[in-house]
Amino acid sequence: MSDVTATSGRGFWDNSGGRSGLAAWIFSTDHKRIGLMYFWSIVIFFLVGVMLGLLIRLELIAPGVNFLGAQRYNATFTLHGVIMIFLFIIPGVPAAFGNLVMPIQIGAEDVAFPRLNLASFWFYAIGATLALVSLFTAGGAPDTGWTFYVPFSTRTTTNVSLAVFAVFILGFSGILTGMNFLTTVHRLRAPGMTWTRLPLFTWSLYATAWVQVLATPVLAITLVLIMAERLVGTGLFDPASGGDPIMYQHLFWIYSHPAVYIMILPAMGVISDIIPVFARKPVFGYKAIAISSIAIAAAGSLVWGHHMFTSGMSDMAVLVFSLLTFIVAIPSAIKVFNWVSTLYKGSIRLDPPMVYALSFVLLFSIGGLGGLILGAPGTDVHVHDTYFVVGHFHYVMFGGTGFAFFAAMHYWLPKYYGRTYNKKVALWAWGLMFIGFNFLYMPMQILGMQGMPRRYYDYVPKFADLNLLATISSWVLAAGLLLMFANVFYGLFRGKPFGTNPWGGASLEWTATATPPLLENFTEEPIVTHGPYDFKQAGVRADD
Amino acid sequence: MSEHDKGHIIGYPVLIAVWLALLILTAITVAAAQIDLGELNIWVALGIASVKSSLVIAVFMHMKYEKPLFQVFLLVALLTLAIFIGFTFFDVLYR
Repeated sequence: MSDVTATSGRGFWDNSGGRSGLAAWIFSTDHKRIGLMYFWSIVIFFLVGVMLGLLIRLELIAPGVNFLGAQRYNATFTLHGVIMIFLFIIPGVPAAFGNLVMPIQIGAEDVAFPRLNLASFWFYAIGATLALVSLFTAGGAPDTGWTFYVPFSTRTTTNVSLAVFAVFILGFSGILTGMNFLTTVHRLRAPGMTWTRLPLFTWSLYATAWVQVLATPVLAITLVLIMAERLVGTGLFDPASGGDPIMYQHLFWIYSHPAVYIMILPAMGVISDIIPVFARKPVFGYKAIAISSIAIAAAGSLVWGHHMFTSGMSDMAVLVFSLLTFIVAIPSAIKVFNWVSTLYKGSIRLDPPMVYALSFVLLFSIGGLGGLILGAPGTDVHVHDTYFVVGHFHYVMFGGTGFAFFAAMHYWLPKYYGRTYNKKVALWAWGLMFIGFNFLYMPMQILGMQGMPRRYYDYVPKFADLNLLATISSWVLAAGLLLMFANVFYGLFRGKPFGTNPWGGASLEWTATATPPLLENFTEEPIVTHGPYDFKQAGVRADD
Repeated sequence: MSEHDKGHIIGYPVLIAVWLALLILTAITVAAAQIDLGELNIWVALGIASVKSSLVIAVFMHMKYEKPLFQVFLLVALLTLAIFIGFTFFDVLYR
């Protein structure tokens, strides 16, 4: 194995396909370069989203008009939502780390359609650019919230049409990536890489890809309908013309709830890959985790109505969607129990990727249990459209997917740069973030229980104390984020060299490639003889 | 590629038969739209549309001659679409 993984110069960095400068990146079909382009774009948008989030918290630091006022507040939370959802969380793990890691994990030279992969990135870049342009042109930044609910979205004079078109384009980026990953997993697995030897991260990407391909077109159609409604007044969602405004909510959530699983499934895959490596134990219940990914993708596509319990939907639908929502909790819980069982009697090393992964398990579980409160119609009516919902989805999306993104960044990224960050600083940054996070979003859940509605720039004085605490905590969280990114980015360019397999992983990206990986990943096609978590058979041990 | 080309040539008679069937079904759609069948309207329209699209997919798009894997993929997509549409009726029919 050692000759296969011997470090040879700068790996794929040395091979820019005969192009130089920017062209070596934006015209490259190498999955690793595309993955890195996604990564850096996504991080930049994430930081913009964080700044908008801090502005929202600043406005809410005390009752009354503070910094933004009503209209700018509406535009700010819309923008925060659109950027975080469509430019950060949805593409975050699958597009960035999926591209970087998945082809190597299955022993392929690249994805099945490398040019289409590059096209996906271009669609992402064009969609992101249009989203930003929509803020400064025509009627100004959209103020509808990221859900673009009718009838407001068809009547507001802000620049909703362009923003919706931008999301439409971003959707195509996701569909193409999904098709590409599906084909890659089916067609390009190395000899011996059977379905039960696929790393669980790849399994989760496979399940996600199905959702991307099947659900995203519904969003595309829905957004076209909004544009048609705005531009030519088709009346599809207007009761006066025989239309139905609730139909918009159905169409929107038919995509956007599965999109929640596009966000969380790959994150769960990251955790399933990291925990066994740092517990030095084969993952508990491999097949259960793999199948639960598919089960979450399938059942999660049938629960969109739980966003609409108070919309005036029929009681029958409320009953059906509530029942189905509770069913999704089962495969989610299977994963959590399997992760915890993997830790049991493991030889646990609390390195930065593991610490971020463990906080995922805790924060996701808190958020997930809150989801059951929202999935039961009786309690949902009480907390619907309150800060409880805001707290809930930040626990799942940021505490879940966000922390998994950071875990993946600490786990895999040094492999691609050949240099690594300072572990102590990474742990300090995690500590700051973990404290800031919980004191930011837990008060939101309490405020929601007390009845504070979301999407208002102002609130009654009795909510002041917890809002002040949340705003101060947002600064702690931001400080942690800055420290984490500064540490990782400094480490990637100036840090200590990173070995071939310092974590002691047993999947192909650790055992069969150089650091950084070569242009087409392997010097010769790997032949897979053991599972991704058979540490003993792979004969690996952590080398630092 | 050679395997792909084999067995895919569909004769004109079949193509014309499918084309005629599509035309007839279109005529039936138009005719059915003139009669008010109450709640059945939507099912008749969707039913005819399903038959037409099945013909196009099976014959014109050669899905009838493809490997089972691709047929399963397509069926999953169609089933998903059917569920998406079907589940909204839990709301619309019981409001």
